[in-house]
Amino acid sequence: MGLLSKKDSKLILDPLADDNPITIQVLGICSALAITAQLKPSIVMAISVVFVLSVGNVVISLMRNIIPSKIRIIVQLIVVATLVIIVDQVLKAFAYSLSKELSVFIGLIITNCIIMGRFEAFALANKPWQSFLDGIGNAAGYGLILVIVGFFRELLGSGTLFGFKVLGDSVEKTGLYAIGYENNGFMVLPPMALIVVGLIIWVQRSRNKELIED
Amino acid sequence: MAIDTEKNSYTIIFAIVMVLVVGSILAGLASGLKPLVDANKRFEKQQNILYAMGINANEGTSDVAFISTDKVEEEFTNTITKQYVIEGSKIDSLNSEAYLIDIKKEETKAKDPNYTRKLPLFKGIKDGQPIYVIPIRGKGLWDAIWGFVAVDKAMVVQGVFFDHAGETPGLGAEIKQRYFMDDFAGEHIFGDADAFKGITVAKGNADPKNERKTDNAVDAIAGATITGDGVTAMIKKDLKMYVPYFKTLK
Repeated sequence: MGLLSKKDSKLILDPLADDNPITIQVLGICSALAITAQLKPSIVMAISVVFVLSVGNVVISLMRNIIPSKIRIIVQLIVVATLVIIVDQVLKAFAYSLSKELSVFIGLIITNCIIMGRFEAFALANKPWQSFLDGIGNAAGYGLILVIVGFFRELLGSGTLFGFKVLGDSVEKTGLYAIGYENNGFMVLPPMALIVVGLIIWVQRSRNKELIED
Repeated sequence: MAIDTEKNSYTIIFAIVMVLVVGSILAGLASGLKPLVDANKRFEKQQNILYAMGINANEGTSDVAFISTDKVEEEFTNTITKQYVIEGSKIDSLNSEAYLIDIKKEETKAKDPNYTRKLPLFKGIKDGQPIYVIPIRGKGLWDAIWGFVAVDKAMVVQGVFFDHAGETPGLGAEIKQRYFMDDFAGEHIFGDADAFKGITVAKGNADPKNERKTDNAVDAIAGATITGDGVTAMIKKDLKMYVPYFKTLK
């Protein structure tokens, strides 16, 4: 990559795979379970977190020299909370039905451990540009898993993608359903997200043995 | 420029400035977007009322589908020909924004025995027949549940819409699914001899196709007993208040 130095591109690419916040650091699991029954909310959640984390990282990084260390956690919380309220308000104004669907989970971005984790571990000690890249990278790594889980859960659980009936109509028995295929109703329930995440972790660790801890 | 960020005075000033800045940003944003948010809430109400009347974008056995937000305002004004506000024996039929009456606030105010509760009622025409839509509100297991019941002149249910604030996904939250709501269509609210009975969400009703319309009961959702009881209660309690008005229509 010509645009970014090797170190900078590592900031973006590492969290996508070998240092993924969900599968390796096991952060942000709660929202990964809750909103991945369908692909659309997964993608919206991913985009929202990319926004909150990248902007938040830059803001924290810009203020890193003036934040009193005694109240730095509170300052971080205020920054996240502000950004989350902005996302929530904008969704309510421009994508109302979506904001109803995501309901409390947008608010719960505040408690997403990835965000506070990156503020504390990275943005407080690094320059804005690097922090921005780190935010994009980590949020994208989180979003990537969300989208993968959402894809499988919606496809296997409801037989649809983005609401389109890609496998045929389950009631009128067309497409795959004509030959006896049935939706797995279990996939739409939250516990299956854990199992899908578990499978991703399994695949990832069996491909890269270095990730296995003793 | 070396600032001593460890000093207490600095910490306090920093906190105050930060709160002021953040506060004004959020206040500005919220008041800037308020008209859009309010419009969305209004459209949602209109969609729900029309949905209960059977005017929706459902296809076959699809999920609940409302009329799209860009068309709903027009459809609402065309379909809902009259909106009433019933206050005791006084009936105001000129209010065109009765659907914006906050049922929750009315419920609270009605705790005062001297207060006559405002009851909104919407009259629409569908297939040449007048249909009345009644808003209802009650309690589920975790939080509020509410909805709209569309009835004809004899108070036979034509359709319903339910929604909830926080029922359990997969259990109580299923009250807003079609398989539950569709069951109510055709149900009678009066029992024998014109006695008001409401509709009971009943376990062991064993009538999945809802063939018995006059039994004042629909099948409950397994695992959602308390939410179902809440639906029963809100139908009984809120529809009853409208019975005197419907008696005058006969």
